[in-house]
This record gives sequence, structure tokens and C-alpha cells, in this order.
Amino acid sequence: MNPSAEALRATFGDAIGRVAVARGETTVVVRATRFLDVMRWLKDTPGQIYNYLVDVTAVEYRDRERPLEVVYHLRSLARHANLRIKVEFDPRGDLAIDSVTPLWAGANWLEREVYDMFGVVFAGHPDLRRILMWETYAEGHPLRKDFPLRGRFSRSEQVRQALNANPEAHYSLEELSIAETYGEVPADVRDRLRRGERGLVGGSE
Amino acid sequence: MSGGRPRSVELELATPGVDARGRPVRVPLSAATLPEEPDLGGEHLLVNIGPQHPATHGVLRLVVELDGETVIRVIPHIGYLHSGFEKLGEYRHYNQIIPLTDRTDYLSPMANNVCLAMAVEQLMGITITPRCTVLRVIACEMSRIISHLVWLGTTSIDLGAFTPFLWAFQERERIYNLQEQWTGARLTTSLTRVGGMLADIPAGFVEGLREFTRTFPKTLAEIDRVLTRNAVWAGRTQGIGVMTSDEAINYSLSGPMLRASGVAWDLRRDQPYLDYETYDFEVPVGEHGDVFDRYLVRLEECHQSNRILAQALDRLPDGPVNVEDPHVILPPKSRAMSDMEAMIYHFKQVMEGVNAPIGEAYCAIENPKGELGYYFVSDGTAKPVRWRIRPPSFINLAAISKMAEGHLLSDLIAINASVDIVMGEIDR
Repeated sequence: MNPSAEALRATFGDAIGRVAVARGETTVVVRATRFLDVMRWLKDTPGQIYNYLVDVTAVEYRDRERPLEVVYHLRSLARHANLRIKVEFDPRGDLAIDSVTPLWAGANWLEREVYDMFGVVFAGHPDLRRILMWETYAEGHPLRKDFPLRGRFSRSEQVRQALNANPEAHYSLEELSIAETYGEVPADVRDRLRRGERGLVGGSE
Repeated sequence: MSGGRPRSVELELATPGVDARGRPVRVPLSAATLPEEPDLGGEHLLVNIGPQHPATHGVLRLVVELDGETVIRVIPHIGYLHSGFEKLGEYRHYNQIIPLTDRTDYLSPMANNVCLAMAVEQLMGITITPRCTVLRVIACEMSRIISHLVWLGTTSIDLGAFTPFLWAFQERERIYNLQEQWTGARLTTSLTRVGGMLADIPAGFVEGLREFTRTFPKTLAEIDRVLTRNAVWAGRTQGIGVMTSDEAINYSLSGPMLRASGVAWDLRRDQPYLDYETYDFEVPVGEHGDVFDRYLVRLEECHQSNRILAQALDRLPDGPVNVEDPHVILPPKSRAMSDMEAMIYHFKQVMEGVNAPIGEAYCAIENPKGELGYYFVSDGTAKPVRWRIRPPSFINLAAISKMAEGHLLSDLIAINASVDIVMGEIDR
């Protein structure tokens, strides 16, 4: 077992849930309330120094009774030690967790992907937008188990939306404001942009 | 914008000489300050690069905010190639996932195949045969060479040198021919199976690869001679896109991107797998963390991969390639058609797949682009609950805004090239 697991329990007590060791990998379950403190402690405490964030992802099980897990893989480059941290959520409830982007800049896109694919909201993230799917994607979060493999909309609806894509819609409001061209786009397009409706022309259901 | 802002422009660019250690003397890294300019109103320009632009190395789209030619902000847009591989993997048996890995980092498909098989073997607790171990090392290092050669060729084109591209692709073609002999495919290799390989190497393969390892360093030396001390190459790459070692770690960079910033971390050496600790090779580390150092690191890695290939060929043991476990390895077709027991195993594996024990496993290897990790979660059935790809170039690309700020637009192209992205893996 990774000794960090014992140290975590000694420091954070009840905030540390079960600790599992399998195939040489140590997994520690942490309560969401103290999560950011735990991560900061792991990163900065001498003797721990998990300075490298390997990965952030989430797991939802086929068994609906099992919690949805947000999974962090940490590594200490100096000590050659790996640690897996998990935070568990009821998949039917709110999925909200503190962002670790202030600690590791590399978490930025990883957390955006977890938000995009699972709908987990990271509080304190500087730029929580969809990343792989487009920003106006309306079908939900594709890696959730209740999301069908072929998508929620019918194939014809998906084709219809793709063909109706609005060419002016390819810049976000933020980007248009850079160029000060926002004032130059036609009023009706500007209206649609303001409503956040960017993938469609001629109104949608 | 107010006038007089220092810009990272190298004012005096002379041909770099050579210092006492034989290393090229660098163009000074400290940015020269341009003379005071009148403020011309400060209107910023929005420039869209891609997704259909040759210099973005795939369907990457960068929206760039410019002040004159200076990049103020880069907003990357990805996802044009999103195929939902991770979702697809949840609906497939473990061996059926292997073809999906061909298509993620399609410049090094064999290394991806190896990582996938290793992850599933870690999950199932399978130990592979000695011959298979060495064959997988050969596959990984062949992949590293072809991937780095594509990087070298395309990056030199981006920066205006056409000849190295031709040399690199000529060498790459030789590896591809060997790969084609072995797997029957150039891209969709699907080389590994859980517990073994698709096939043993064909006759003549060892001789072909030995000939390659003998002559390849000559081409590398030519590329080195043309680029490393080339004033244009140095001027376009030195001091551009600098990441310090702390920043590189904080941004979770991996592979040559991390090592160019001075962090000596290579999974082959620091968390050895496939007996890499028994091979004699060096881990090249840069010191400035700029585009030039990334080039030096990748060039040296080609040399080291070549050395590993030669050692692997020398030690390649005889013996079986696949493990002796009929629950995991398909029986040969001839036996499946004539032997009742073999036929039953064949049927069960094809129709039901192989059940993995309940649990999870994260397996990472040093891919050409960086740390490729596959994270499997199993609920005891033949299909994973979750298959997560830790995509190295996705995470490396996330730092592009940080690297490009304050540089010129043309430097953005060099920086983007230096990341060595492959969109199949970023978008998955």
C-alpha cells in the first residue's frame, strides 16, 4: 500500500473513505467537502509532493445503484509514487466538485472534458465549456450510461442540424468581441448569438 | 495597446557558431526590445487558423487575437474528429477494442496496440512470454521512429525546409514496409492480442530491421547537419515557446515536451515495463524548454530507439509468442476446425469474450507523443465499464495558449508544430 493513504487518514480523519489496494495501485476515496484541501495537502506537503497530475476522468457503472466516481491519477515525479484519488457521487443527484485547476494548470482541459462527457460541474474552473462536443450540443453528456450509443436524436435529426449549421455561428461571442466585429453582424444574427443559439438556422424544436 | 511593449523578436540573427563542447552556440534567449513605436490605436485583429490548414497538423482550429503580428491570445477549438472511441469501447470485448486504438494516435498505431494489451493483461493478471516481450519492444521503438520522423518532416516543412521532409519520409517508408510485412497493414495494424501478438514476425524481418538500424543513423546525421546549425532553423526555433520545468510539470506535459524543459522523466526508465530497464539507452533532456530543444530531444530519441532496436534484435529469444491459456488465446484455425475442445474455446471467445476480474487498472507507456495511459474499469464481464484514454497530445496541446502568448504569429506555427499533435488522439 502507498504510505500516503495512511498519512491522509491520520491528517484528514473522517474525510477519507475506503482505501483499496489492487494490482499494486492504491486508491483512496475522499469526501467532496474536503476534496480540495486533500489535493492541496498531497501536492504541497513535504514527503508527499504529488506534483504531477496524470489524469482526471470519471467512471459511471452499469449498476445504477453504484456511485459515479470522479477519478484523479496523481504522481510524485521525485518519489516515483502513484496515487489514485476518487470522489463519489450519486449519479442521479448534483455532480459538483471543486476544480483543481488552481493547483495544476494541466487540469483545465481534463476537467472540461469530464464536464463535457459526464456533466460534472467543477466549481472554480476558469473556463468550464464543452471541449470535444460543440458548445450548443443539446443531447446531453455522451459518456453517461443513460446516453444511447447512437445518440439521443434520430439520425435524420442529427443530419438536419448539421446541414442547417449557421456559418456566422462559428465564432463565440467572446471571440467576436475581440475583433469588434460583433457590432457589424446583422441584428437578427446578433439576437440569435445573444440567446446562445449558434448551431441552428430558422428556429429549432 | 500601449506602445513600447517588449516583443520577443530576435533582432540580430547570425549563423550560430559552435562552442567548445561542439554544441551550437545559441542565439541569445533574452527577447530583444524593439524601439519605441507610436501607438496606432490598438485595434486587435481576430484571425482564424484552421480547421483546414496544413500547418495545424490536422483538424485543429485556432482562433488568434493579434495586435499587429503579436499573438495576444490563442483560443483552440478541438473536437472535429471526435469519434467517441471511449464510448464504443464500452460495447466491445477487450480484444475488439484493439482496432480502435489503431485510429487514435494513427502515427504510432503499434505502440497503442501494445499499451492496450498491457493494460488488459494487468487487469487480468496475465504474464506474457519472453519472446512476446521483446517483440513488443520492437513494435514500440519502430513506432517511435516513424512518429518522430513524421514530426521532423512536417515541422521542417512548416518552418521552410523541404529536404529533411523527403529524407525523413524515405526512412519512414522502410519501417512501414517492415510493419506491413509483419501486420499486413500500414496504419490499421492491430498488432497485439491480449496475452500475445497477432502474429510472429515473418521470415526476413529480422534481417530487414537489422539493415535499417545499420543505415538509419546516416540519415539522422544528414538531417542533423542540415538543420541543427542552420541559421534559419535556429532563428525560428530558439527561444520560442519556452516552458520552464516547473511550468511543464504544472501543465502535466509528457514525453519530449516534458524532457525538453529539463525534466528527466521517461516511463521506460522511471517506471520500467517490458523489461526496458535491461536495455542500454539514454534519456535525452533539454535545458531551455524551447522549440529547438524539443527538436534536439526528438532527434536524439531516434538514435536511442535505433540502439534499443539493435539490442532487441540481438536478444530476441525463441519460443512461443502467445501465452498457453486457451481461455485467453484463440486456438489456431486448423485446430478449431478439427478438435472439439479447441472449437469450444474458439466459439466461447468469439461469442462471449473473455471475462476480466472486477477491478480497475491504469497502465501507461512512453509513447512517441508522451505518456499514453489506458485506464480500464471492469465489473467482471467481458466488456469494460469504462475505457479511458489518457491522451498525451491532448494534454500537451492544452499548453499552447501559454506557450504562444507574446510571440509572433509565425512563431505560433512553430510552437504548434513542436507540440507534435495528432488529432485522432486529441479528439478520440
